[in-house]
Amino acid sequence: MSERFSIARLAAMVLKEFIQMRRDRLTFGMMVGIPLLQLILFGFAINSDPKHLPTVVQDNDRGVFARDLVWGLKNSGYFELRGSATDNRQVRRLLDQGECSFVLTIPADFTRTLLRGERPQVLLEADATDPAATANAVAAVNQLIERALERDFTGPTRSLKRAAPAVDLRIHPLYNPEAVTQYNIVPGLMGVVLTMTLVIITAVALTRERERGTMENLLATPLRPVEVMLGKIVPYILVGYVQVTLILLAAKFLFDVPMRGSLVLLYTVSLLFIAANLMVGVTFSTLARTQLQAVQMAFFFFLPSILLSGFMFPFRGMPVWAQWIGEALPLTHFLRNIRGVLLKGNGWGESLPHLWPVALFLTVMLVLGLVRYRRTLD
Amino acid sequence: MPVEFAIDVQDITKRFGDRTVVNRVALQVRRGEIYGFLGPNGSGKTTFLRMLCGLLTPDAGSGTCLGFDLLRDSGQIKRRVGYMTQRFSYYEDLTLEENLDFVARIYGVPNRRAAVADCLDKLGLRDRRRQLTGELSGGWKQRLALAASLLHHPELLLLDEPTAGVDPKARRDFWDEVHQLAAAGITVLVTTHYMDEAERCHRLAYLAYGELLAAGTAAELVRGAGLATWRVRGETGSPALGARLRGLPGVEQVVPFGAVLHVSGSAAALLEHSLAPLRVEGLAVEPAETSLEDVFIHLMQRAKDNYR
Ligand SMILES: Nc1ncnc2c1ncn2[C@@H]1O[C@H](COP(=O)(O)OP(=O)(O)OP(=O)(O)O)[C@@H](O)[C@H]1O
Ligand SMILES: [Mg+2]
Repeated sequence: MSERFSIARLAAMVLKEFIQMRRDRLTFGMMVGIPLLQLILFGFAINSDPKHLPTVVQDNDRGVFARDLVWGLKNSGYFELRGSATDNRQVRRLLDQGECSFVLTIPADFTRTLLRGERPQVLLEADATDPAATANAVAAVNQLIERALERDFTGPTRSLKRAAPAVDLRIHPLYNPEAVTQYNIVPGLMGVVLTMTLVIITAVALTRERERGTMENLLATPLRPVEVMLGKIVPYILVGYVQVTLILLAAKFLFDVPMRGSLVLLYTVSLLFIAANLMVGVTFSTLARTQLQAVQMAFFFFLPSILLSGFMFPFRGMPVWAQWIGEALPLTHFLRNIRGVLLKGNGWGESLPHLWPVALFLTVMLVLGLVRYRRTLD
Repeated sequence: MPVEFAIDVQDITKRFGDRTVVNRVALQVRRGEIYGFLGPNGSGKTTFLRMLCGLLTPDAGSGTCLGFDLLRDSGQIKRRVGYMTQRFSYYEDLTLEENLDFVARIYGVPNRRAAVADCLDKLGLRDRRRQLTGELSGGWKQRLALAASLLHHPELLLLDEPTAGVDPKARRDFWDEVHQLAAAGITVLVTTHYMDEAERCHRLAYLAYGELLAAGTAAELVRGAGLATWRVRGETGSPALGARLRGLPGVEQVVPFGAVLHVSGSAAALLEHSLAPLRVEGLAVEPAETSLEDVFIHLMQRAKDNYR
């Protein structure tokens, strides 16, 4: 078709959808009701025992004891070494971006202090935004260190073997020091609620037109597929924003979740995520024949999203194949960003790595939807 | 340059699965003509109209609509065609005004507000413009749909049973308007099941089981059918009489029109011979003009014998 994209026609479509949305009280109520209901229901988290948590070691001592200590941690299965760091700023960045969950810092005088018979300090910084993910590892770490060193304390250093712990381990749970589960759950819930409601709302959009017979009219007009699809999306972005705002208000006033990052960034991150979910719905409705089928597809998308995104179970605790699926889902990246912005105070730089996968997902969905859009009634 | 034919298609064919719903239909409609499209239920009328405005892709055949290629230029065709669907297909959860406004925006109608207000005035629905469309009665919905399909001043109107469920006065108004539009150069292709409407068309086509059985003016169709028809009036127009007439040699169909029966057959002499004895029994038997309805029923019956 030689016809070009027309803003006026898109505007007509958007306006129409707006009016229909406003008249559809039940759906509108649901869009507001579901977030609130979910917030109340999901008061508690599901725990698990994630292992192989990425760990970076900042070993300033490089002695035998220090090396054995690190090996001891690694052998437990909880910690997986992802290399070493040299300066504090680098360490901080790795944690901010979620590249690693732990940073272990061993002071330069570790061996000397130990041999003097004193207790050297060892610092373990933990990303505690998701307390469930790191809790077990943190709980085990003291014992692991003691056991690792005990084996070394033979021969001449046997005298160092004492009842009291040989090392003064300091654990710094970062971002969420009190390990409040709500801090993690509430921002996560925002992503889940958006996924659940927005995919369904647009999934029925085109199938409803088909079932009511209005599609015949729509197809007979010069409206182009892109105009129809975008027209179905734009009004619901506003709905998504209403939901985001509701949950943020609840997070602040009901659960005292800290808000460290910028709101502008937060709403930008949300915009892309909202659009991606709406697009999934529209694409489903080009595939489905009936509204019921569209809703079923939405649930089919919702399940892996909620299970494999790191909302239900700590992402690092999942098997690798599940992590791969998780990486493809927009919710996974949104969760990382929203937690990062809210709890860590992340800025644009830290958010970008989890923004483009969502943009990519959105583009793929749009193309798929356009390919599948039926221009005729055949 | 205006093209002589608004619609000029050949061999148009549509299959759903292995059922051929429209079979090699050729049709030519002149500009400014009112063309009636008739045929029994399920004969493929709606399917044919949908192919004309790009809603369905023909499986075979080619042609032009308003000078544009049916297969390649569906975008151009859509902008110039007003299509009124058989099933009401505007939004029931929008008000009348919102529906018209939506259509006007999509087609980029100039002076949109004025055009919509004008349209509502003409319909006489100005006071009810804020009413939800779903609350309208069936007939009013039809009238709204027609008005909406005219909003963007199309060159070709495809109307699928536009007067189904519309009261007689509104029906007459509707046909007056169609004639005005045709006089202004707009081409109208309209499907209908009503004989009086068929007679108001310039030309007619009769479709049955996907086959185009006859096309032309009403007079041509009557002549082409080659039927001789007699009017028989019984005392009560009893059902027994009809059954008896059907059994006579040369009688191909008996159609009741109120108290009289139209008896038709293609062999005129044989028919006259068979009916003569009835006069003796005191029944009124007189020659009659073959009506369009006689012709259509004849065509339908013949089609049934051939294609079923
Ligand atoms: N999308 C479709 N899929 C399968 N079969 C179809 C489809 N649309 C129409 N048909 C079949 O094609 C045949 C012709 O249908 P169509 O609607 O064109 O008839 P029509 O002449 O408009 O009938 P009516 O007078 O009842 O409106 C019917 O038998 C119908 O069942
Ligand atoms: Mg029909």
